[in-house]
Amino acid sequence: MAIFKKLLNGLSRTKQRFVGGLKSLLVGRTIDAKLLDELEAMLIQADIGVKGTMKIIDDLRTASSEGRIEKGEEVIDFLKNELKTYWPEADRAIHFAESGPTVILVAGINGAGKTTSIAKLAYQFHSGGKKVVLAAADTFRAAAVEQLTIWADRIGCDIIKGSAKDPASVAYDACDAAIAREADVLLVDTAGRLHTQDNLMRELTKIRDVVGKKLPGAPHEVLLTLDATTGQNAIQQARAFVQAIDVSGIFLAKLDGTAKGGIVVAIRNEINLPVKFVGLGETYEDVEPFDPDTFVEALFA
Amino acid sequence: MFEALTDKFNGVFRKMTGRGRISEDNVREAMREVRTALLEADVHYEVVKQFCDDVVDKAIGQEVIKTLRPGQLMQKICHDELANLMGPVDSRIYVVDPPPTVIMMAGLQGSGKTTTCGKLAKYLDKKDKSSLLVACDLQRPAAIEQLGVVAEQAGTGFFRVEGETNPVKVARKAVNHAMANKIDVVVIDTAGRLHIDDEMMKQAEDIAQATKPHQIYLVCDAMTGQDAVNSAKEFNERLELDGVILTKFDSDARGGAALSVKQVTGKPITFIGVGEKLDDFEEFHPDRMAGRILGMGDVVSLVEQAQETFDQEEAEKMQAKMAKGKFTLTDFMGQMKQMQKMGPMKQILKMMPGMSGNAAALDMISGDEFSKMEAIIQSMTQDERDNPDIIEASRRRRIARGCGMQPQDVSGLVKSFNQASGMMKQMAGMGTRDRMAFAKQMASGGMMGGGMPGKTKQRSKRLSNKQRRKRRRQKRRR
Repeated sequence: MAIFKKLLNGLSRTKQRFVGGLKSLLVGRTIDAKLLDELEAMLIQADIGVKGTMKIIDDLRTASSEGRIEKGEEVIDFLKNELKTYWPEADRAIHFAESGPTVILVAGINGAGKTTSIAKLAYQFHSGGKKVVLAAADTFRAAAVEQLTIWADRIGCDIIKGSAKDPASVAYDACDAAIAREADVLLVDTAGRLHTQDNLMRELTKIRDVVGKKLPGAPHEVLLTLDATTGQNAIQQARAFVQAIDVSGIFLAKLDGTAKGGIVVAIRNEINLPVKFVGLGETYEDVEPFDPDTFVEALFA
Repeated sequence: MFEALTDKFNGVFRKMTGRGRISEDNVREAMREVRTALLEADVHYEVVKQFCDDVVDKAIGQEVIKTLRPGQLMQKICHDELANLMGPVDSRIYVVDPPPTVIMMAGLQGSGKTTTCGKLAKYLDKKDKSSLLVACDLQRPAAIEQLGVVAEQAGTGFFRVEGETNPVKVARKAVNHAMANKIDVVVIDTAGRLHIDDEMMKQAEDIAQATKPHQIYLVCDAMTGQDAVNSAKEFNERLELDGVILTKFDSDARGGAALSVKQVTGKPITFIGVGEKLDDFEEFHPDRMAGRILGMGDVVSLVEQAQETFDQEEAEKMQAKMAKGKFTLTDFMGQMKQMQKMGPMKQILKMMPGMSGNAAALDMISGDEFSKMEAIIQSMTQDERDNPDIIEASRRRRIARGCGMQPQDVSGLVKSFNQASGMMKQMAGMGTRDRMAFAKQMASGGMMGGGMPGKTKQRSKRLSNKQRRKRRRQKRRR
């Protein structure tokens, strides 16, 4: 149960800071303008963003004027319910291929945590009895291939490295290998790129298209790795990546810090993109499927 | 990157321009929009509050200045406040004697420490300082190899201890190695760590204790949200930072962290990383940055960048030629080549006052224009390049055929060359200060937008009978 403990530890830190504040803020008070102002400050500091915060505050104000809630204590439950509706069960599951290997393409900006996140996913699938192949398609960053190779060795799964500098050709070869080795899951690592670099974003589109050509229906999942400490720019990131490669979900990395990852609320609001996994540490075991209950609990408890 | 914020400010000020003077109400109205803009830029909540309060106070107190239009006054107040918030900065790296100067990098995972080490080495190299990159990130797989590759790319020394698992020992050995080999600067790359990971923070403290760094930099992602201040604060408390290096500044993130970190930690942003290449590294200038936020341009950076790229000797030769008016198309082409070395034209023009908001104009003046000009010049004979005045209709047609363009493109180029050489002659005679003022005047007059070559309509250069007779007379006299 090491993972579970880690999650609790990680989240409880978020909890302590946020909740400690929120509880003492709310207890024994009635909902008035001053309280809403203070609440607004807290939500903004959780990176939920001005728009997202305003929406929540407006909903609260309406609920209070309609008499649905009165006391400060009730605010927490209200917020919990409101935020939980953001992430329905259905879109959090991984979409597997009906036959042949399931291809998962992983992308994100520089330093978001793609390679580590891939190691975590590989371990999850591997320990679940699936045959996993990694594609080292980050041919740009110094020693990125070496980094992924070390992870593959530690986990005990296969890795496909290309001789060419072209990431799309590495992905293509990896598809071949995944089919030949009858792998269940193929995880494609890509180089970090800023969403503003159009040529690099086109390269990403090409990788996806090449994979799709080789294996109809692939990639079955396209995950955007997002650093939980990222601010409002994450919305722009998500938008650009969705446009380039049709992202199907978010891997929210580095949630074990003090950042609350509130940005996923904003992203859900703006572009309706679900979170699928959360990363909570540096080893390959530190991963959890995203659970809105726990997430919201950690934000507001 | 701060463009969206600039737009917001401009919008607010445009509304205010035309009103006689600033009343408390319209200041507050303007600041509401500014507040949202700053929060959307990830400036920390408390910092935004402070900023807005300060600006409101200052603006209301300055009712006396009625000669200025209120928008301008607000712009000035916001500019000064923004600059205040981010500065003052001293980016210089003081090198100690005897060497080595020890620099330590710290930060969260994925903030860009390893790449920044390489950039710093390259920066030091430009200042004629040798450096040694030390691999103390023993945590992340292949981090050592990455630093090795980066060191090679930067053409600098690289230090690692095979099989060692204690970064403190590696750091200590590296400093001794540098001392023995008289290397100017030791740059210690450390593992990314969470500011709340006590064990890892202790390790960072130990490295600092063992090597007594002269400078400790926090490497911080420009896209960081509200949490930036929390981590910066904790790192500062544990390591006594000297400055902050903001990375990934070339994204469209508005970099609110730049505004917050100084305020919360008291430690300035000293450098910014602006791209994936090791040369993409700049000193941070709060006043210029504030100017950029407010759409006032960044002329000083432009001039500095030019100075760094241009060959000094070449430039002096050129200047002498200009002063005498002997500047030819060959020289002109050489200059263009040098300008291209400075980086993409769009990026350069963004630094010009008044250009940052003008995206359409920026797209128009692309690198294509330059290659067109080059093609035209290369289709000319040496005589024509030295003395473009001899190009008449028939030569023009020949040149146009040679480069696959229209005759009016050729005359357009000659015309703008004549304009440019006239200006250059004027500028060559000025001192630096006058020249800056001249450049500013040119830019504000919209010189950059309009007069691009190839766009001018051809006006026939065919001579009238009278002129032809005159020319014949002159020839005979010679």
